[in-house]
Amino acid sequence: MQANSADNASKVSSELSNAVKAGLVKGFPICLGYIPIAIAYGVLAAQTLSLFQLTAMSVLVFAGASQFMGAKMIGAGNGLVEIVVATFILNFRHFVMSLSFMNKARPIPLSWKVPLSLGLTDETFAVSSLHGEEAKKPYGKVFFATLMLLAYLAWVGGSLVGGLLGELIPEQLSQSMNIALYAMFIGLLVPSVKKEWRVGLIAIISMIINYALINLSLADGWAIVISTIMGGFLGIFLLKGDEDN
Amino acid sequence: MIWAIIIGMSIVTIVPRIIPVFLVDQASYPDWVNRWLDAIPYAALGALIFPGIMTVIPDQPIIGLIGGVIAIVIAFFEVNVIFAVLGAILTVYLLTM
Repeated sequence: MQANSADNASKVSSELSNAVKAGLVKGFPICLGYIPIAIAYGVLAAQTLSLFQLTAMSVLVFAGASQFMGAKMIGAGNGLVEIVVATFILNFRHFVMSLSFMNKARPIPLSWKVPLSLGLTDETFAVSSLHGEEAKKPYGKVFFATLMLLAYLAWVGGSLVGGLLGELIPEQLSQSMNIALYAMFIGLLVPSVKKEWRVGLIAIISMIINYALINLSLADGWAIVISTIMGGFLGIFLLKGDEDN
Repeated sequence: MIWAIIIGMSIVTIVPRIIPVFLVDQASYPDWVNRWLDAIPYAALGALIFPGIMTVIPDQPIIGLIGGVIAIVIAFFEVNVIFAVLGAILTVYLLTM
């Protein structure tokens, strides 16, 4: 009896540490992509914001593109309403992403889902969704929390370093690192397409819609929202029910 | 004023992230909605990759595209994502030398 419960305890702790380890491994590419971008944000924002303000923005907003935009708009003298509305439009895609993620995360308790939702970015959403099967494991919540916290720390830490030290990555290297997150998205997508070609069709249609909408000079934020929703509709016809199994 | 802007940006970013927690918690969806939501990550990945990848070097869209092709080739071998990331960074670095 006692041996049995000791067994269980060690099984639980090894499942827990596996979840943390998996979260760190899957979160690492996000870190690598975030750090140079966060430093670039810190450098840019330091022109108009104090170190405390620019770091606070990373802590409170945690959405890269909108922070670049916000810092630039503050510098250009735009007002509160303009900046907040533009941020809302640019970040509204997280609503659609959160809806998709929370549907996968049904087995996770509400008290975890609320903080997890705050950690959703394009990148953490993409990595979490492609490891959606983790939600069914007892420590899935820990896996998601670990990868999101790692990404968050990289983002906030990178912003602080950028604001503090200024340009410390050589221009050519930081320029090259602009491709990091795109390459990560590709690295996530390709294995899924190899498993199920229909998934690739959904992505390609969504790319075409996004490209067309941007050429029609729709705001980037709306273009991504609309192409994600419309590309996703294809899934209704293309994907089998309960795709995770 | 700057603090009001930062807090305003925070609120309009948090609200869309958090509302779905409660929407999904209460309802169970018909099968077609689940299939739609399951397809969202792939559609989002598509829209996040293209055409944005062409702005990696803003005046030379071809460099981002070549970096993307290298990432596809590396990812095809199903190695860790990090290799696709490093391979693409190296490609862009060499092409901009």
